[in-house]
Order: sequence, then C-alpha cells, then structure tokens
Amino acid sequence: MNSQPVTLYPSRQFKDNARAALADTELRGSLRSAMDFLMAKRSSAFPDTDELDALRTLGEAIRQRCLSRLPELLEQLEERLTANGVTVHWAETPAQANAIIHGLVAARNGTLMVKGKSMVSEEIELNHHLEAHGIQALESDMGEYIVQMAGEKPTHIIMPAIHKTKAQIARLFHEKLPDTPYTEDVDALIRIGRNALREAYLQADVGLSGVNFAVAETGTLCLVENEGNGRMCTTVPDLHIAITGIEKVVEKLEDVVPLYSLLTRSAIGQPITTYFNMISGPRRPGEKDGPREVHLVLLDNGRSQAYADQQLRKTLQCIRCGACMNHCPVYSRIGGHAYGTTYPGPIGEIISPHLLGLENTRDLPTASSLCGACGEVCPVRIPIPEMLMRLREESQRPAGEAVDHPLRGQGAAASTTEALAWRAWRRVYASPGTYRLFGWSATRLRALTPPTQAGWTQNHVPMTPAPKTLHELVREREARRKES
Amino acid sequence: MSRPSDVYLFGTCLVDLFMPDAGMDAITLLETLGIRVHFPQAQSCCGQPAYTSGHPREARDVARSQLDLFPGDWPIVVPSGSCGGMLKHHWPTLFAGEPEQERVVAIAARVVEFSDFLLNHLDWQPVDTGPATRVAVHTSCSARREMNVHTTSWALVDRLANVTRVVHDHESECCGFGGTFSIKHPDIAGAMVTDKARALEDSGAIEFVTADAGCLMNINGKLALDKATPLRGKHLASFLLERTGGKS
Amino acid sequence: MSARESILAKLRAAPKTALAHPDIAAHYQRFPFPDDPVGKLRHWARMMRSVKTEILWTDATHWPEALAEWADHRRPASLLLSDTPHGHQAAAALATRPTVPALRYFDSELDGWKEQLFHDVEAAFTRVRCGIAATGTLVLWPDAQEPRTMSLVPPIHIALFDTTTLHGDFHSAMHQENWAAGMPTNAVLVSGPSKTADIQLTLAYGAHGPRDLVVLAMLPDGISPAMLEEEGA
Repeated sequence: MNSQPVTLYPSRQFKDNARAALADTELRGSLRSAMDFLMAKRSSAFPDTDELDALRTLGEAIRQRCLSRLPELLEQLEERLTANGVTVHWAETPAQANAIIHGLVAARNGTLMVKGKSMVSEEIELNHHLEAHGIQALESDMGEYIVQMAGEKPTHIIMPAIHKTKAQIARLFHEKLPDTPYTEDVDALIRIGRNALREAYLQADVGLSGVNFAVAETGTLCLVENEGNGRMCTTVPDLHIAITGIEKVVEKLEDVVPLYSLLTRSAIGQPITTYFNMISGPRRPGEKDGPREVHLVLLDNGRSQAYADQQLRKTLQCIRCGACMNHCPVYSRIGGHAYGTTYPGPIGEIISPHLLGLENTRDLPTASSLCGACGEVCPVRIPIPEMLMRLREESQRPAGEAVDHPLRGQGAAASTTEALAWRAWRRVYASPGTYRLFGWSATRLRALTPPTQAGWTQNHVPMTPAPKTLHELVREREARRKES
Repeated sequence: MSRPSDVYLFGTCLVDLFMPDAGMDAITLLETLGIRVHFPQAQSCCGQPAYTSGHPREARDVARSQLDLFPGDWPIVVPSGSCGGMLKHHWPTLFAGEPEQERVVAIAARVVEFSDFLLNHLDWQPVDTGPATRVAVHTSCSARREMNVHTTSWALVDRLANVTRVVHDHESECCGFGGTFSIKHPDIAGAMVTDKARALEDSGAIEFVTADAGCLMNINGKLALDKATPLRGKHLASFLLERTGGKS
Repeated sequence: MSARESILAKLRAAPKTALAHPDIAAHYQRFPFPDDPVGKLRHWARMMRSVKTEILWTDATHWPEALAEWADHRRPASLLLSDTPHGHQAAAALATRPTVPALRYFDSELDGWKEQLFHDVEAAFTRVRCGIAATGTLVLWPDAQEPRTMSLVPPIHIALFDTTTLHGDFHSAMHQENWAAGMPTNAVLVSGPSKTADIQLTLAYGAHGPRDLVVLAMLPDGISPAMLEEEGA
C-alpha cells in the first residue's frame, strides 16, 4: 500500500489549498452534485418538521447531559467495560495512543491490521506510526480503502472518497491492483474491493475500529455502518482495538436510540444503516467466534481544552454526521483536503483548533461567512457560528492577555494592523460627531476612492461612497419640510 | 399586532454610506403608509463588523453609543436582515453581564426587520402600478436563519399583481459576503458570489431584490465587475416604493 | 500522573453544570409508531424490501418447507446451520429434497476452520431475536449456539423471524425487552444485506458482508400473506 506523505500542519496552508481546490473544475463538479444529493436525502429523511425539531432538542439534551457528567461517565464506562472483560487505556496525546496500540499489536507479533472506519485513528496518524514499525494498517471501508490506495486522506468524514469519480477509481484499481482490468462498473469495482479485503480479514492479526457511542450503563461500544467491514474488523481477528475520543460516552443504553436516528438521517438521509453493532466484550467461555481480546483507547488530544470552557464545550456534542459539511457553501466549493485537518468543514473549523492549536489553524475560524446553514442542520444543535465567532475572538486576543481558559495558540491571528484598524473604527463609529465628519469626508472625497481595496476588488468593483450619506439626506429633507 | 403610529429607523452603516437612497425609500414608503419615521441622527452602526471579526470589545463600545437613541416605546425598523439580527439576537449576548444588559434586552425586543414590519405589523396590501416584470429574491442568511423572516420578502413581492417572482438555483445559499469574510478569504467568497450571480442571471429575472444591504453590495459589486450582464439588484424598499408609484 | 489521572483531573476542574437526564420514553410516546399488527408488518416489509431483502411469508409449522423450496430454487452449494432445534429442523426438511446443499453445523470454535467459512460456505441460517417495524430491521442476538460470523461471512444470510416479536420502533424493542439489564457479547441490528455508496454515491450491495438477505417471516394465526400484500400495502 502507498504510504501517505506526512506533511506537518497542512492546515497552515489553508488559503493556498483552497485556491487550488477552487480551480479544480472536476473536483468542483463532483462536490456540487454530491452535496446536492446528500442535502436532498437528508431533507427527505425528515418529512415531519415537528418530529425533527423535537428529536434535535432531545439529541442536544442527551449530549449536554452526558457531557455534564463526563468524568463520572468515563469512570463508569471503564468499570463496566473492565467487568465485561475489555481493557481500557487512556491517552492524552496522539503519541500515547499510537504507543498503546503499537504495543498491543507488537505483543502478539502482529503484522497486519484491518481497520474499520475511524476518524480518531486518522487524527493520530496511526497508519504511519504502525507502518514505521513494520505493521501494515489496511483500511477496509470502501471509501477509505480507495483514498489509502491513492495515497490521500479522506475528504469527508462520512464519504471519504466523495471527491473521486468512478473513472478515477477505475484507473486507480487498474494501476494498483494486480490483474485488475479497467472497469467503471460500480458493482464490479466493489466486488474487486470485497475480494481483496476478505482475504485481509482472514489473515489479519488485529482489527481496529472507531466507536460511535460508548455506553457507560452497560459497557457497550456501538458502531454504525453499512458495509459490514466494521463487523468483520471487530469479529474475525483475534484482537479488537477500539479507539475513540473521550466525548463519545453516553450515559444510558437508551441514549443511543435518538442519537443513532439523528446520525443516519442527518448524514446520508437513511432511516437506519445496514448494521448497528453493540459490542460488550470479548468472546465469552463457550462462544465459538469473536475476538479473544478487546481493548478500548480513550483519547483526549485537546478535547479537555474545549471541555474547560462552558461555551466551547458544545463543540463536543458532535456525533460526527457530517451534515454541516454537506450544507456548507465553503466546504461544498473547496472539499475536505483544503482544510488540511482530519475533520474538515464547519465541525472541523471548531474542533481542530483544540486538537492542533490556533497557531496551526489560524485561518479556519474565519473561513466561514457565518451563513448559519451548519447550525441549522446540526442534529444536536451545536451553535457552530457562535463557536466560530468565539474562536475568532480567541485568535485575535493578545497572546499575553490572561483569561480563565486560555486556548492553545491564543492570539495566533492577532496583528497590530488589524487591532489598530478596529480601534480606529471604534473611535469613528462610537462617536456621533466623528462619525458625521467621517461620513461627510468619505462622501465628498468619493472620487478619491482607491481602485483596489484589499480582497474586495478581486471580485467586485470598488466600494464607492454615495454623494451624500443617509444622515445628510434625512437632514436636508427635514430642512425642506420646515421651510414649506 | 397593533399598528404603530411611530417607528425608529436604524439605517445601518452600509446603507448610510453606500446606498442612502434605499434608506430614504424605506422612510418614504413607511411615511406614505401613515407612519411617522424617526431617524436618530447620532446613529452609526450596530457593531456587527467588529463582533463577527473577533473584536467584541470594540463592537460593544460602538453598540453602547447607540443605546440612548431609542427612548420612545416604538418599533425599531431595520432595512437589513443581518444588522437586524445583530440588534435582536447578538446585542443581548454582547451585553450579557454588562450594566446595560436589561436596557439592551428591551431594545432588542423592539427590533423589527423592514419586510417583516411591512408584512406582519402593517399587513400592507400594495397596489402595483408598475409594468409586468420578473423578479428574483435573494434573502440574506441572517434574515433566513436568525430572524426567520425569509418568507416575508417573498410574500411582499407576491402581493404585487404585475410581478412574477422567479426562483433561482440554490436560492437558500449564502452569496458569500459575510462581512470581513469576503476580504479575508476573497478566493472562496469570490467563488460563492460568482455562483450566486450566475444563478440570478440564469433565473430569467429582469432584476433581483434583497432586503439586506451587505448582500446587495456584494452581488451588485460582482455583477458590475463582470460588465457582461445588465442584471442589477435593488433594495426591497426601493423596489416596493417604485412599484407602488411612490418614487418619482 | 498517569494519562488517566491527568485527563480526569482536567475534566473535574472544569465548570460544573447540573442537567437532568431527558425523558427519552416521552419522545417516543409523543411520536409513536402506530400499534397495528398488520400496519407494522406492512411497513416493516416495505422498508426491508427497499434495501433488497427477500421476504418469504410462512408460519411456525411450514417454515422448514419454505426454506427447502427456497433452496430448491436458489440452489446454494452449501449451508451453515446452528446446532439448535431450528437448525436440525432445517436440515431435516432439506434432506427430503432431490438436491441437498452441503450442510455444516457451527459446532466448533471458528479458529480451526476460518478459511473454510470464508471460502466454502455460501449461505447460513440463523434465528432472529425480534424485529423493528419503523426502520425495517431485524435484531440478532448471537450466542454460543449461533455465533456472530454466521450472519456476516457467508454471502447469503437466511433469517428465521417470528413476526409476533415485531416492535414499533427501536426504543420500544430495547425498553420492552429490557436490554440494559444484560447485553450479550455482540448484538446487532440488521437492515438489509451489506451495502456501500462510497463510489460516486452509487449504491452497490454486497460490500463486505452478505450480498443477499432472505427472511422466513412466520406469521401468526389471523394474519395471512394476502393481507400484507394488498393494494397500497
């Protein structure tokens, strides 16, 4: 398999990445039609707006309740899982998580890992880490399998290969897989992937999966999928390792019912996925299949920073449906790669600063027109625009300023020029006298309007003040009325 | 809702400096409907540009300078969805825990977006005197998602007997203005406004209207740069005044 | 300090909020799935068929025959059975037919014959714990007799479903059967054969799990297949 080049913080090149993506007409076309399709599917999955509103409110309440008890629930989860025979590991950083997983694989001299879809494993760059130690980590979700083969990263958290056309995939399979004829027939392409991966499940020493919901009450790991690769990875190899962020814990088993419904309908407009797995432990005595060992790795990686702040904590309500991406006018034009982060789109803009620091995600909080389409569809009502504005504030806040919950990279986007510009703006707009003078001079000097205005004139004719301000026009009219 | 005798007009800074005619048309229209319009001369801006750029302190200082301007218990009409959203929804947040909080909440409760005011407070039944035309309506995202008034502009246009309202592709999508977004991310904002302008052109509309000054400046600024198209947008107030014979 | 202690300390240091657990049951009472046995079955069947599931209506007496007829028609080369009463009943019914698929019982730990399961078994027959009407779903509760790979690895999965166990929605299934009191190693909701739309959003069945899902749906007295297949059903 191709090893993907490791680029440190591609998120720093956001603007360049976005420009390149915008110029790629094939990508633009794929994205537009895919996002239109997914938006229409979601819409048809919620025919009853009362039910949708009530379900979103319920989903939000469940997630907020669970977050309010996060430390207790994590301990309860650990206790129940341990009682069920699952080993629980804790990792503060990607490096710790990688070391734990590598240790488990190395302990049984494993050489092949099959992976179900796990965005957290992307977050910690697990594949690179294992490959550096001679362990092959093979993605088994069809979309992930394709992007791994292409040496790329997922461009969408639900549809990893949504940026690729079937012709591109046909070419890829033909070139990379031995004895594979070129075919654009989707059934045939899926059969090719199926056959290759079935051999891998059989041979693999270890299966890795993500977790959609971890239930504290019963010690159950829930996994949502359509393909059956998640079941394969968590059933066939002798060792199953699950990895998840600490925020994924829910209190009660029944919590998963509304959350699961919100997830599948918001993500892809399906009433339900083909499979909903509830895994509560390794093979019990007498059982004839299933892994003999199950481990869960709980990863922090900056989530506790978001948790520390009551407003930003809402970020952790996310159930990773991707609806915010599908509805985002920015994401739907530049796609996921441009963000340079594991989580792209609106949710990526608000979670990545906690994972990577504002210094590495400087341009993400501003990469939104605050149109609100994301917040409008979020199944757990995360006020994404509000989070973006807060992150803008923190990235503009001088690095040295003391606050209750400083964010990593505070002040990363602060510049003296911008700070001075806003201070000047305040001086003008907060004082009626100055503002009147400003309006008068701007209109009288309109002929001197600069022909290029940073950013604006790239797409527009210059902003030119009118001959007179509204203030003036109103005064003049009042004067005329007094005369008559 | 009872019909008020007087209203305040909060003109907004963009209208003030770049399209004062739209503001005057809003005033004239309200006056022809028998409403006394008060325009506080000390008004400037709601503070939104700084607020959405991560500078709430500057935004608060500017907003604070506006708090004394609306002493009467009249509605505050705003001819721009996003500024209306700032006053109505973000001012209470901006002043949370500040000494002015209570006053701000009371002011916010009186804020009404212009098209909402005409339709729902006045139940205005315009008499269309203009020639037959086709019009597209662009609704600002704030009007749509913060103020929940995206249907009011449609309803007003639909009350004009000789006007056919046409729907444009991805009508609910943002035009790409977003305040400083269009300055900080001109490539992305440019792609958005390009698509919006094309959708409006392809809709077959003769002209388009919007009740948001930011969107109007954005889309018209783009159309003017392209030169190829005669299509231009108007503020809803100007359009309505023109259709009902109030504009000379 | 261990990673565990450090993470928990950070979380505990964060501001506390007291929020009640929301009333989930109340939501499903407000938006219930209509509790009409025929309506539920019709909806369940429509949903399952919309994701390429084959439904064979039968009853508690005649299902072995229905299975054998299906096998006559479909001719699977091999069939994996569980060492259970229904597994043996299936074998007995199949044995009366002119062409009998190669039968195998899942009677030993998988480790010794994983390869055969992947390469040599075309179909497997299991029971179903219950069903969910709203989403067109079967609930599988694998155990020592009927292991989880049976419904996963063979390309065809045949499921024996007692339709009197059909619940309206997921919440009532979980609630009425009190799942929280004891979960098995692995429980799984199945809604159709495995599928993917990862290539250009084109739907394809048979991704990694079964390509075909066949349900032997046992109807109670008083409900006939005709009632379920009427016009508009």
